[in-house]
Amino acid sequence: MVGIITYGVYIPKYRIKVEEIARVWGANAADIAGGLGVYSKSVPDLDEDTATIAVEAARHALKRREINPADIGAVYVGSESHPYAVKPTACTVGEAIGATPYMTAADYEFACKAGTAAIQTCMGLVKSQMITYGVAIGSDVAQGAPSDALEYTAAAGGAAFVIGRDDPVARINHTCSFTTDTPDFWRREGQDYPRHGGRFTGDPGYFKHIQGSVRLIFEQTGKNPKDYDYAVFHQPNAKFPQRVAKILGFTAEQIKPGLVVPRLGNTYSGSSMIGLAATLDIAKAGDRIFVASFGSGAGSDAFDIEVTDAIESGAFRRDAAPSVEKLLASPKWVDYATYARHKGKIVMQK
Amino acid sequence: MSVARFWRKIPQRYNLIGTQCTTCGRYFFPPRTFCPECRRAGNIVDHKFRGYGTVVTHTVIRTASEQFEQMTPYVLAIVELDEGPRITAQIVCEPEEVFIGMKVTPVFRRIAADGESGVIHYGTKYVPAE
Repeated sequence: MVGIITYGVYIPKYRIKVEEIARVWGANAADIAGGLGVYSKSVPDLDEDTATIAVEAARHALKRREINPADIGAVYVGSESHPYAVKPTACTVGEAIGATPYMTAADYEFACKAGTAAIQTCMGLVKSQMITYGVAIGSDVAQGAPSDALEYTAAAGGAAFVIGRDDPVARINHTCSFTTDTPDFWRREGQDYPRHGGRFTGDPGYFKHIQGSVRLIFEQTGKNPKDYDYAVFHQPNAKFPQRVAKILGFTAEQIKPGLVVPRLGNTYSGSSMIGLAATLDIAKAGDRIFVASFGSGAGSDAFDIEVTDAIESGAFRRDAAPSVEKLLASPKWVDYATYARHKGKIVMQK
Repeated sequence: MSVARFWRKIPQRYNLIGTQCTTCGRYFFPPRTFCPECRRAGNIVDHKFRGYGTVVTHTVIRTASEQFEQMTPYVLAIVELDEGPRITAQIVCEPEEVFIGMKVTPVFRRIAADGESGVIHYGTKYVPAE
C-alpha cells in the first residue's frame, strides 16, 4: 500500500501583521483581518527562497526517519515562485539531500496545488514499482503585488512528503482530481506578481473545484465526512476552508488542527500540505484524514489518508524535526519596510 | 565566481563533504587528498560532516563587497565543526546575539547570485542551536 513514509515542514521565522500592511495602504485593518480570518503571515529572510525552504523541509523529513537517500528515485517540487524560470529547483533539492544522481526530477507549477500533484506523481511511480521512494514538495515565497488583496496573505513556507510502499506512517487509500480551464488567477511570463479575478476566484474557482474533487472521491470510495477524524482544505484565507467544510458536511473540530492560515498566511503550494503536516503532528494510529487541495487555473486533488501504527513506532521519530506548531511559535515580527526589503519590493540602484 | 568553480564545489557547499585520513583519523575541510601527518601511509576517504559546530571567533560585516552589500550588517564567524576542522561561514542572527562558544546548526541558504541573470550560489550558513 502506498503512503507517507515521513514528512517535514519549514517556515521562516519572520512574521508581519495584517494590520501593519493595512496601515501602509490606509486600509481598515480590522475589516481586512476579520474578513480574511488572517492576522499575520510569514516572511522569508533575505537569503531564503523556494529552493532553500524546499531543502529545509526535505531535510526535516529525513531527520524523522532513516532512509537511504540513494533509494529516492524521484524529486518533484511544486511552486509558483521557483528561483529560476529555467533550471529545476528539484535538482538543487536532490543534491542537497544526497539523492542524486540516480533519480528523476522536475518542477511543477499548478498555482497552489502543485505540491499535491507531486504527491500523486510519486504515488504512481511507487505503485508501478518504478521507484522505492519519491519526494513531493510544495514550497513557495508567495507573491502578492503591493496594496493588492493578495499582499495581506501571500506567505512563505513549504512541506515535503516522502512517498513509498514499506511501513508508511499514513496510508494514502485513494486520490482523485477535478480539473478545468478556469482563469481565476494567473501570472504571465516575466511578470513579478500574479493577477486574479477578485470574487471570481471563489465560486467558479475554489468552491466548484474542491466540491468537484470531494464529491468524486466520496462517490469512488463510498465514504462520507463522518468517516474522518480530521480534514484539511486549501487555505488561501480562513473563511474559504471553513465555508467549504460546512457545505460538504465536515465540522469545525475536524478542520481545526490543520487550519494554520490565521497565523501563517497562504503559503500557496505549501498551504494544504502544511495543513496536512500539522494534522499528522497530532494524529494517532488509526486516525483518518481527508485532504483537498486547490490550485487556480484550476483544479483540486482529494486524498483519503489513514494513519498507521508506524507513526507511534521507534522507526519514526516525530520529535526529531520541528512540528508546525513549533515553527509557528516565537516569531520575529517585522514592520512593512523590513518586509518590503526581505521580499525584494524595494527598487535598488543598479 | 565562474559557473564551473561554483559547480565543482557543490558537494562541499551543500553537504559539507570533506575527507578523513583513516590511518590517523584526522578530518579535513575543505577536503585534502593527502594527509600531511601520515603522508604515504595515509588513506583518504570522503566524509560528510554532521555540520554542528561552535563559534571560535566572529566579526560583523557592515561594509561588504558588491555581491553581499544587500545583506549588511551580517555576522561572519569561524566555526569549529564537532569533528575538528574550522570553516568560515555566515551566522544568521542579529549582530548582538553572536558570542564566542555559541553552538550553531547548519542551514541551507542562498549565499550570493551572479547578478540578476546569473547563477544563484546556494550553500551552508549557520543559525544559533536551540
